[in-house]
Amino acid sequence: MPVITYRKALNDALAEELARDENVVIIGEEVAQYNGAYKVTEELWKRFGDKRVVDAPISEAGFIGLGIGASMLGLRPVVELMFWSFAFVAYDQIVNNAGCIRYMSGGLVNLPLVIRGPANGGTTHSHTPESSLANHPGVRVVCPATAYDAKGLMKTAIRDNDPVFVMENTLLYGETWEVPEEEYLIPLGVADVKREGRDLSLIAHGRAVMTSLKAAKILAAEHGIKAEVVDLRSIRPLDEEAILQSVRKTHRAVLVDENKPFCAVSAQIAAMIQEKAFDDLDAPVQRVCALDAPAIYSPPLEKQQLPTAERVVEKVLSIA
Amino acid sequence: MPYIEMPKLSDTMTEGTVVKWRKGVGDPVDVGDVIAEIETDKAVMELEAFDEGILKEIYVAEGGKAQTGQKLAFLLGADEDMPQKDGPSGRREKSGATVAGRSLAAPPKAGTVASRTAAAVPGDRVKASPLARKIAGAKGLSLSSIQGSGPGGRIVARDLESAPEAARPARPILVPETPAGQGDRRIPLSSMRKIIAERLLASKTQIPHFYLNIELDAGELVRLRTQLNVHLEQAGQGKLTINDFILKAAVAAATKVPRVNASFAGDAVIEYADVHLSVAVAVEDGLVTPVIRRAQTKSLREISGAVKNLAARARTKKLKPEEYQGGTLTVSNLGSYGIKSFSAVINPPQAVILSIGAIVKQPVVNALDQIAPGHRLAIGLSADHRVVDGAVGAQYLAELRGLLENPTWMLL
Repeated sequence: MPVITYRKALNDALAEELARDENVVIIGEEVAQYNGAYKVTEELWKRFGDKRVVDAPISEAGFIGLGIGASMLGLRPVVELMFWSFAFVAYDQIVNNAGCIRYMSGGLVNLPLVIRGPANGGTTHSHTPESSLANHPGVRVVCPATAYDAKGLMKTAIRDNDPVFVMENTLLYGETWEVPEEEYLIPLGVADVKREGRDLSLIAHGRAVMTSLKAAKILAAEHGIKAEVVDLRSIRPLDEEAILQSVRKTHRAVLVDENKPFCAVSAQIAAMIQEKAFDDLDAPVQRVCALDAPAIYSPPLEKQQLPTAERVVEKVLSIA
Repeated sequence: MPYIEMPKLSDTMTEGTVVKWRKGVGDPVDVGDVIAEIETDKAVMELEAFDEGILKEIYVAEGGKAQTGQKLAFLLGADEDMPQKDGPSGRREKSGATVAGRSLAAPPKAGTVASRTAAAVPGDRVKASPLARKIAGAKGLSLSSIQGSGPGGRIVARDLESAPEAARPARPILVPETPAGQGDRRIPLSSMRKIIAERLLASKTQIPHFYLNIELDAGELVRLRTQLNVHLEQAGQGKLTINDFILKAAVAAATKVPRVNASFAGDAVIEYADVHLSVAVAVEDGLVTPVIRRAQTKSLREISGAVKNLAARARTKKLKPEEYQGGTLTVSNLGSYGIKSFSAVINPPQAVILSIGAIVKQPVVNALDQIAPGHRLAIGLSADHRVVDGAVGAQYLAELRGLLENPTWMLL
């Protein structure tokens, strides 16, 4: 099976869908001639032309609004945000318009729209808005952790008839995984157990899944603890059953989350676990989140801000 | 110094008694506060705090003795952590405080009496994970006797895997069960059935039962009841049952022989001042024993009314917990089912239970050595031999016989 980067997997997904459906278009800053700020749209403009891959000015509210209008008239736009942190200037378009149109039209208007881009970075570029966006009914939010998931989820997102927000990660773009050549789709709302274990569940999404897998290796090698790693893949819809199934097996959960802790995705999951699996818990549900501060500039401290495998191990040992 | 120890308050003092705790668990304590009253060999003196903090644990209950230097309580300072629970000292069981501290309102789950002092500190909630509680519930294990190995002493699932067999109030059935096949019904235990199973198994396995039986002449009782009921009917009032008389007599006899109105409390026998009479009432899928409080102060009519009211509400499950807890003596009557005599299982932590049979008409040899028709009533007494000896049980039954054969005595 070919081994490709996360970036290439996304590029393949976009290319395949552009080729498959003439209604698919790509809009964004520097997505066409410059091949995308992170080169996710490499070669697509050359291959599919001006009408399918459109460079937009630095005006997120404008070009996301453009995407919404195009979607309402039958196209399937994929809008790139250079960083998801820039979504905030277009919040009205994303939440009020994209998120509410199906409801406000009494179900008559579909809104097939993908907004994608990296959801990590520097102080004003590094927000992880999956928790705040997933708060809104009417939208879907996915956070692929591997190249395989990125490709499968992106293709499903483009074919979905509701707005789907795909949160990528600059630190994963260059990482490689095995991805099959034949076509596949990954349904939204289905989690994936990335490592089986019986002692404890590490539940994560996005890059935190990689951190969890590292921690699971250390736990097995140094502490004899067999941790299961559950990759949510999709934040909304959320695969509650997969989470509960794992917790019912291991009776302990540590949630690993690159969100800031307050109102994070992991806070939602912790509430859900205690509500639905209370009698199965043998320890309090714990969380390892980003440190609750703006992105830290000091390089040594910056390394500590996002969850590290060491912090995960330490948290696990506190309830083992 | 977070522990508060029994001080040496006089030259000759070797041990003291905690007369009263002026501060309770959770109370803040300042330097100089009086936290307890201590009785020495000479006087009752006040124990003052030398440190400030929160009173976290009390090891010697009121009335308990402790030797000088023995730990009485634990005072947690502002920035200190609780110590691991390895027990404050090896001498704690001497005080017997935890057993005396049990109120009659909440009879202990049988089987934990001996082990309770080992792990639990009075007034302290047992820390256990939800899963551990679920497993303990399913296995019938008592959490209070298990030492937790989780963070902060929390009982977690693995502690129940290794829990000693002895900690189980309900031992697993040794006889293999016959599995339910086609056409058989498997009826899951209701919470009432579970409690009955647990309590009565504990009673039969942990209380040394013995049984006494008498048969008495109920002729007068039947005549008096008929007479009174004619009068009550004319007055438009509710009739009295034979059982009402028996209950009244059981209470009256218990005031004469207070030893039967008692319970075994580890290092003491508690004789209760009031007779709180439990009456066994059959309900759907089980039985409950509602309690007539201070029954020795109640007239025949009051007892009759109380039983009717409690039994009716027991059958519709409307009883409040305080209405079926805290009994000190139980009467079980199967006479209305035609049972002639039986031996009931003691309702723990009580010391005796009366088993009342049906009044049967049969030929008897009377005082003139003639064979005559008579009304006979068989009564059984099941007693806890740790509390009641054979002679005491016999004395109680003799009192009961006197009252029931001469029911007008009850009017006195």
